[in-house]
Amino acid sequence: MGILNEIIKGLRVTGRQMFGPRVTVKYPSEFRQKPQRFHGRHVLNRYPDGMEKCIGCELCAGACPARCIYVRGADNPPDDPVSPGERFGFVYEINMLRCIFCALCVEACPTEAITMTHLFEMSTTNRADAIYTKDELLMDPAGVVPHMFPGDPYADEDELAVADGWVRATAPGGIAAYEGVQAWQGTPGRGDWRPEPNQDESDA
Amino acid sequence: MDWVGILLVVGRVLATFVLLLVVTILNVWMERKIVADMQSRVGPSRTGPWGILQTVADGLKLFFKEQITPKKAEVGMYLLAPFMAVIPAFLLFTVVPWGKPITIGDRIIPFQGADLNIGVLFILAMSSLAVYAVVMAGWSSGSKYPLIGGVRATAQAISYEAAMGLSIVAVVMYSSTATGSAGTLSLAEIVSRQAGTMADVLPSLPIWLVGWIPRWNLIPQFVAFGIFLIAAIAETNRAPFDLVEAEQEIVGGFHTEYSGMRFAMFFLAEYVNIFSMSAIAATLFLGGWNGPTFDSFLPVWISAILPTVWLLAKTYVIIFFFFWIRATMPRLRYDQLMTLGWKRLIPAALGWLALSTLVIGIRQFGLPWA
Repeated sequence: MGILNEIIKGLRVTGRQMFGPRVTVKYPSEFRQKPQRFHGRHVLNRYPDGMEKCIGCELCAGACPARCIYVRGADNPPDDPVSPGERFGFVYEINMLRCIFCALCVEACPTEAITMTHLFEMSTTNRADAIYTKDELLMDPAGVVPHMFPGDPYADEDELAVADGWVRATAPGGIAAYEGVQAWQGTPGRGDWRPEPNQDESDA
Repeated sequence: MDWVGILLVVGRVLATFVLLLVVTILNVWMERKIVADMQSRVGPSRTGPWGILQTVADGLKLFFKEQITPKKAEVGMYLLAPFMAVIPAFLLFTVVPWGKPITIGDRIIPFQGADLNIGVLFILAMSSLAVYAVVMAGWSSGSKYPLIGGVRATAQAISYEAAMGLSIVAVVMYSSTATGSAGTLSLAEIVSRQAGTMADVLPSLPIWLVGWIPRWNLIPQFVAFGIFLIAAIAETNRAPFDLVEAEQEIVGGFHTEYSGMRFAMFFLAEYVNIFSMSAIAATLFLGGWNGPTFDSFLPVWISAILPTVWLLAKTYVIIFFFFWIRATMPRLRYDQLMTLGWKRLIPAALGWLALSTLVIGIRQFGLPWA
């Protein structure tokens, strides 16, 4: 009757599981906590004053092992500069079908212009749509990344605040009004950064 | 028979048919949900509340799927096999009384497809017929995996049919003699003989001890119940005895080459068989529709459907056990299946039959030397 005992033991295991927790996350309506350094799709950042960080140096394209980044720089127009440097990223395209999400472009970037977000919903019905142009990559002045499903609760604010926190310290500020002011920028995600310890909420 | 009588028969048959279809839809969903729970998953959750309409959606999808006939198929048999699967599955349930007969005027309306006086024989016959569909489908597909599935089905059916029949014989014998009345193979009769409590069988024991135990065949025939359950799982080709369709070894087994509605019919037959077998187990061993009645303070119509509720509750306990076993046990190897059937179940069923014959004989006629 040994086998009967074994069967009962097995039945008890499955019976217990019935009332245990579920491991499934009902994805479109619920989201899993993503790791802090999750490699999602890229974003081209701006400085707090709205200037683009990209200087069109093409180091990202050179570092890319998958050869999926195409950059062409152009001289900044002196009267209305796009970036604080001499040049800016005139054309910026990433082929997401080739990208392996290794983040070597992020490592290579001297100005932290390109970083990775927690966005992972990138399916398209068309191969051409998988090539992200500068319009789709560049965040708007408020710090919101253009997303193909607007309003998605895709990222956790706290995670993002910690994920690329040191980027803010390198922000030089681009225009006169921001001279000497340490500001913080809208995150690629929801809402704004929390203020630095020596700053006030009203500065946001 | 007047036209009202004919209408009532048609209504009875239709009601049985609809009942089977509805419970099948629910059972498929229930199985997926329960097995998912046991595997820490969620299961179907998108279609309707708790995903309850998932089976309807799947069925609708299968309606519109292409029905492929393989080039090497024996077309006649290939097309016939799904019907051969469904028809015995539905016929199997017709002899099960699924409610207490009600009396309206001078008319007695039994809740049963047909009250055959050879009901038990009919069950054995229909459950044997079901295997022909599997063999036919396996052979006529003209493909190797279905053929293996079909061959497995023959051997499995033979091994477990015997054990199942022997376990039923013990019950029928007990049921036929326990009350001292004539022998019967009618399920309605077997059910009505399970009414009351154990106090009717064992009047010598104090009423407080046996007065609350229902007079189910399960209590004296518990070994037969165990053998019947195992054989029923094997007869319906359920895990852990699903060698006939073993996905991991022989693709889909006998229904590998079937698609669309033809596949859906095999699927339907399997689930109708599960329900029917569970209902038969509940009828033979768990007192059928017998249960507590509250005629004195419940409205008449509730009293009329209460027996159906009892039968369904008992049936679903057994069905839940089927699902539970499926979620727990790995599939038996082929030689293990044969060993269990021929070397364990059949001797056990024979031994139990001999033992209960002895006990019944002594109770009936006294000890031979006394």
